[in-house]
Amino acid sequence: MIGGTFESLTAIWVYLAATPLIGLTLTLVAYLAGTWLQRRAGGSPLANPVLIAVALLAGVMLATGTAYETYFAGAQFVHFLLGPATVALAVPLYRQLKDVRRAAPAILGATLFGSVFAALSGYGLALLVGAAEETARSVAPKAITTPIAMGVAERIGGLPSLAAVVVILNGILGAVVVSWVLNRTGIKDWRARGFAAGLAASGIGTARAMQVHPQAGAFAALALGLNALATALLLPLLMRLVG
Amino acid sequence: MLPSLTLLLACQLAGELAVRLAGLPVPGPVVGMALLLAGLAVRGSVPEALARTADGLLAHLSLLFVPAGVGVMLLLPRLEREGPGLLLAVSLSTVSTIVVTAVAMRLLLKWTDRRAPDAAPEGEP
Repeated sequence: MIGGTFESLTAIWVYLAATPLIGLTLTLVAYLAGTWLQRRAGGSPLANPVLIAVALLAGVMLATGTAYETYFAGAQFVHFLLGPATVALAVPLYRQLKDVRRAAPAILGATLFGSVFAALSGYGLALLVGAAEETARSVAPKAITTPIAMGVAERIGGLPSLAAVVVILNGILGAVVVSWVLNRTGIKDWRARGFAAGLAASGIGTARAMQVHPQAGAFAALALGLNALATALLLPLLMRLVG
Repeated sequence: MLPSLTLLLACQLAGELAVRLAGLPVPGPVVGMALLLAGLAVRGSVPEALARTADGLLAHLSLLFVPAGVGVMLLLPRLEREGPGLLLAVSLSTVSTIVVTAVAMRLLLKWTDRRAPDAAPEGEP
């Protein structure tokens, strides 16, 4: 009897492990747990739902010895939505189009300045803490979206896989600290706050800005797109100057 | 919802095609965002169904980064040697980039707002 139950449980597990259902469901459960914890923490950015969900899932996978590929077979359905969601950023952006048009020169100036600063500060600080040249070059494109960062890293002599790790780390870190850091500067303009979040912490920073204020979200989306373009064009040239 | 989702995917597909064909250095979805924005600007308004779908997707934008984030966490142990220094460097660079960009944007916005003082920006205290 007990053996029979065990066997049928094993059969159910074998069946479930082969479907994407577990990876997908666990991703949503972990994220909901993250948002619940953030609400319990009074909306504190330190209780970032991405950070909590990632830690929970990584813990479960390490404990059960699950391979990332197995997990991703389910989680890919969530991951895939990043594309259409990026396109959907056009809607909040359109709602702010009048303000965006008026601020166009400021937006272009801040993009150029921020893009160069993000890349050179990442590269310089990495060298300063004793990182190898190749590692530092993988850190340089840290503030832009993952696929472009990987391409740029490869072009300037860095490691694409390390660049991807640094981009996500940078995004989570940025989303966690951005509100606190900006409050210290005393800047209250949602356009400047959102723009800084999107430029410094790309997608995850934009998600945070979106959560805080619609105008901040729109300007973050703008910074994300423009910074990807500026960094992809400028960074290879800059790195040639650096040597 | 289905027509709006189809529109978003079609824009993404058009963006991916444009990137591949023209060799653009931006992600396909970002070009898709620019295409949709241009379309909305021509139309002059956001269709209600599209607004609902877009807002629904974007309400949980953070969720979409979780699968990639898990991949990163599992790679972290491999960074044992360089990890702590790298984490410090990335943190300092992130914080300083946020401050520098926000300050630069604030100063430049003061200038552009003066050039066109007619419409007061929303969100100012």
